[in-house]
Amino acid sequence: MEKFIQLSMSGVSNGAILALVALGFVLIFKSSDVINFAQGELLMIGSYLTYTAIEQFGLFWPLGVVVAVALSAVAGVLIEQLVLRPLIGEPVISVIMITIGLSSLLRAIIGAIWGVSPLPSPKFIPTDTINILGASVGANRLWAIGLSIVLLTALTIFFRRSNDGIAMRAVADDQQAALSMGISIKHVWAVSWAIAAVTAAIGGILLASIFGGVGASIGRVGLLVFPVVILGGLDSIPGAIVGGLIIGLLQSYAGGYLPPELGMGEVAPFIILIFILLVRPYGLFGQKIIERV
Amino acid sequence: MSSLDGKEPPPPQMNIERVSLSFGGVKALTDISFNIYPSTIQAIIGPNGAGKTSLLNCISGLYKPRQGRILFEGTHDLVRLAPHRIARLGVARSFQNIELFRHMSVLDNLMLGRHVHMKSGVFSGGLYWGFAQREEIQHREFVEHVIDLLEIQHIRKNTVGSLAYGLQKRVELGRALAMNPRLLLLDEPMAGMNSEEKEDMARFVLDISEEWRTTIVLIEHDMGVVMDISDRVAVLDFGKLIGEGTPEEIRVNPLVIEAYLGREHGEAMPA
Repeated sequence: MEKFIQLSMSGVSNGAILALVALGFVLIFKSSDVINFAQGELLMIGSYLTYTAIEQFGLFWPLGVVVAVALSAVAGVLIEQLVLRPLIGEPVISVIMITIGLSSLLRAIIGAIWGVSPLPSPKFIPTDTINILGASVGANRLWAIGLSIVLLTALTIFFRRSNDGIAMRAVADDQQAALSMGISIKHVWAVSWAIAAVTAAIGGILLASIFGGVGASIGRVGLLVFPVVILGGLDSIPGAIVGGLIIGLLQSYAGGYLPPELGMGEVAPFIILIFILLVRPYGLFGQKIIERV
Repeated sequence: MSSLDGKEPPPPQMNIERVSLSFGGVKALTDISFNIYPSTIQAIIGPNGAGKTSLLNCISGLYKPRQGRILFEGTHDLVRLAPHRIARLGVARSFQNIELFRHMSVLDNLMLGRHVHMKSGVFSGGLYWGFAQREEIQHREFVEHVIDLLEIQHIRKNTVGSLAYGLQKRVELGRALAMNPRLLLLDEPMAGMNSEEKEDMARFVLDISEEWRTTIVLIEHDMGVVMDISDRVAVLDFGKLIGEGTPEEIRVNPLVIEAYLGREHGEAMPA
């Protein structure tokens, strides 16, 4: 029972972080049809910037986090404006190749600035363990769950209620009509990338605390976004949240209950990815696209 | 410039001046010039492929003409503006193939028409809750007015994708109207409708023109409707303007008759 609770808590906390990161991915895909293979690098940028702000510049941690997250948003907008905007109207495959190239480039830039060996994680998130029904759970995992719930709720309200959120939904639905309603698509794209970079940065900070270090392993979590969004549906925000939780839990249970030498914790999400692509390619909540000829 | 004796026409609301548009080697529009006057219904007619929708797309900014100017209210050259800027000047449109936000409700679609008039920005929507709420109530009142005018009360909560074609056309008109535009571009609002639906739509267009004094530019194939409701008619054929005037003038214009009926046939257009 303790083991189950422990695995569940770590699954839910990983899943919550995944949901956060996947939400940014879905947002970019919905508003601009760009499949962003550099999502993992956005996680790294956020965590490295936080390290620099707090450990190197010695900022008080809430200020350091705000500065790092704001700079991440700027980085996201710059990527959109400098790298993706010139590709408007180019074939999907070119855009995908560019984001793959971008991910290598960003990794190289991060390596050049901060080096390639892992750095210590800033210590502002408590890492002591708390006893829940006999299972010991890291406080940083509870932080991850709490913070993700707050952010996912705030973003859901943003999409439903705010002008920009509604404009984003409009652009996702029909770009031409959105233009004729006075909505600036470029503005919407910039906002999508800013939000994606912010959620990724916060995800990166939480992962740094859970992994106990800032390094390339954070970027590898970016790959898990793909099973999450394929499961949830590429264009579905609720799908990203549900998909994140399912993949997080699955990874945790598969790693904890199956023989460790199989490495199922690492592999299970991608087995799901292949399975979903075979039986339900639009995911749990995605839009079925019917091509009429 | 002022109309002292009441007979002199008011200054045009839009001057289309020598507009030419081509796609590669294909000339979609050649040297089109005419004026659109405030509070009138201006029809644009012509055979398929004549360039009617291209001209509408030039006005709303989706296409950029190779040459020419489109002056709106004397000051703004629409050729130089992005589509969303043109919309913010008060130019609204509907599309030939319905372009609604299919996954949203009728109400949400109409509220998006109010987007250009909304002041609360990214964060204020959440922070100044009171202000945002007051603003929203005002916009809702306007939208309800549009809903009453178009008689779509019963479907306001429905998802647009689930509605019948004729109703979707009406919702699209409503969304454009919700912008409270000064110029309304309608691209075949009656296409594919039965005669009863066409009558309804024609009545709505006339109501909008009379009650709101909105200038309406209308592309339509049904000659009966066009001749009945338009104040002026422009005729395009192979990208050229071959006639412009009142319906009576157009009906007897030899070039127009030739374009529609061929060289050797009848003498007047069907009424």
